[in-house]
Amino acid sequence: MQPDMIQAEGLTHYYGPYPAIQDVSFGVRKGEILGFLGPNGAGKTTTMRIITGFMPPTHGKVTLDGYDVVEQSLEARRRVGYLPETVPLYTDMSVNSYLKYMGTLRGMSPKAIKARLGEVIDVCRLGDYRKTQIGKLSKGFRQRVGIAQAIIHEPQVLVLDEPTIGIDPIQVVETRRLIKELGKDQTVVLSTHILPEVSMLCDRVLIINEGKIVAEDTPKNLAAGLQGVDRLEVEVGGPAAEVLPVLKAIRGVNEVAHTNNDGRHTYTIQAESGQDLRDAISQAVISNGWSLRGLQMVGMSLEEIFLRLTTHEEL
Amino acid sequence: MRTVQAVAWKEIQIYFSSPTAYIVGLIFLALTGFFFTQDLGNPFPEATLVPFFDGAIIMFILLAPALTMRLLAEESKLGTIELLLTSPVRDWEIIIGKYVASLTFFLALVILSFFYAALLFVFADPDPGPIYAGYLGFILYGAAALSVGLLTSTMSSNQIVSAVVAMGILLAMFFADRAFGSVSGLAGEIIGEMGVRGHFDDFSRGVIDTTNIVYFLSVVVFFLFLSIRTLESRRWR
Repeated sequence: MQPDMIQAEGLTHYYGPYPAIQDVSFGVRKGEILGFLGPNGAGKTTTMRIITGFMPPTHGKVTLDGYDVVEQSLEARRRVGYLPETVPLYTDMSVNSYLKYMGTLRGMSPKAIKARLGEVIDVCRLGDYRKTQIGKLSKGFRQRVGIAQAIIHEPQVLVLDEPTIGIDPIQVVETRRLIKELGKDQTVVLSTHILPEVSMLCDRVLIINEGKIVAEDTPKNLAAGLQGVDRLEVEVGGPAAEVLPVLKAIRGVNEVAHTNNDGRHTYTIQAESGQDLRDAISQAVISNGWSLRGLQMVGMSLEEIFLRLTTHEEL
Repeated sequence: MRTVQAVAWKEIQIYFSSPTAYIVGLIFLALTGFFFTQDLGNPFPEATLVPFFDGAIIMFILLAPALTMRLLAEESKLGTIELLLTSPVRDWEIIIGKYVASLTFFLALVILSFFYAALLFVFADPDPGPIYAGYLGFILYGAAALSVGLLTSTMSSNQIVSAVVAMGILLAMFFADRAFGSVSGLAGEIIGEMGVRGHFDDFSRGVIDTTNIVYFLSVVVFFLFLSIRTLESRRWR
């Protein structure tokens, strides 16, 4: 097994008396895209600031490629490209000179920068704006410049804090495509509160809430684990008043919700966990002489899972 | 070393393209020009730069913070400090780079003021000793004042706060020699010795005393050291 590129153990960080994160541990393998998912203020940014070496954790430790971000900070920082949420840029510099400057800070030689600059500009599609002052660029282009500075030194670890926030839908699609591309060779950690983004981009997702990891899995497993076969949607041709009690009477059915959509009667059935009730339901419907127009398992959407994990109320 | 250079070069470019720096330069040259010519109206004017130096020192209490206030405060404000501190750059490299930039702009102003000295040498026969020594003292004083401003810029993300605090410290240093009379005992001696005036006046009289050079250099080292430590401490807050 490959050793983890990022290894975080027991991270806890206090701002004054309040813990922003508590006992957060995780590992990220080489070439993996890990998503941090959580509501605002859950501790995503704090965790990322610790990984990148911007601030040390109150307790716990992080290693990047085996280097401790506090004890061997310079070595660890050499391996990181970081895009903070606010996309901080020097607004009075041109795109070219800004990228050159960031490259130099990341320890690249002028020669290496020259060789790499064109590539980064192409990848981030900044070709027409090389000489433009950053302050005059739109938000979407600034975001691209932000990503360009994060990848210019070809870091092994790329940390992106909310990389698609505040840009228009077309640019969101582009940015995601870019991240997916980068994730092929690099280890990427990104945070978001946009759920579809997670299923689209990430190999694995950590759901973080109130400073703690509440779930960790692939987006697919996460959805499957919480829904399994226990939720079904059935469309039945028959009088709702009669169908409803019949469905409720089937063994293993916990709950039935009925919706009438212009004469299309749909019933959402919540079964006891792990039970596959498809056969029982279809038999019940047919033996009563109604028509079974549709029967399907419905995945709980990532939204619902997320809400279930991050709110205290039952859905 | 390359990172120090890169940081310094970036800041120098900003100095030479920013209005603040040019306004500071304009005020400096306009007012020192006035101080310089004031004495020339006397029936028996003296070929000296002492009025120029005296005025320049006082003006730098206000102008040095104006030059340095942006250096780190703006990085904190824009959030670019986050990228700076997550790059493989040592804290001292950032501070020294920024300091070198402010010093460079200051030296450019000093060079422009050579004009006054040139006038004296062309139209009169001044004693060169006090002029050379005075310039040395003025450069040392400027270096010290800039290091004070750099420290306060490291402490706050607000440029105004940073500038005002620096002015406060520089004013205190300027008037510290009054402690000789008003504060009794050893404390008065110590505070008085920290005053700028006592150390500077020797220079403009043409006396180059190692004590005075050491005084200004110590101030620079002390404030740069504190700046590095303050930047470092940001990580722990």
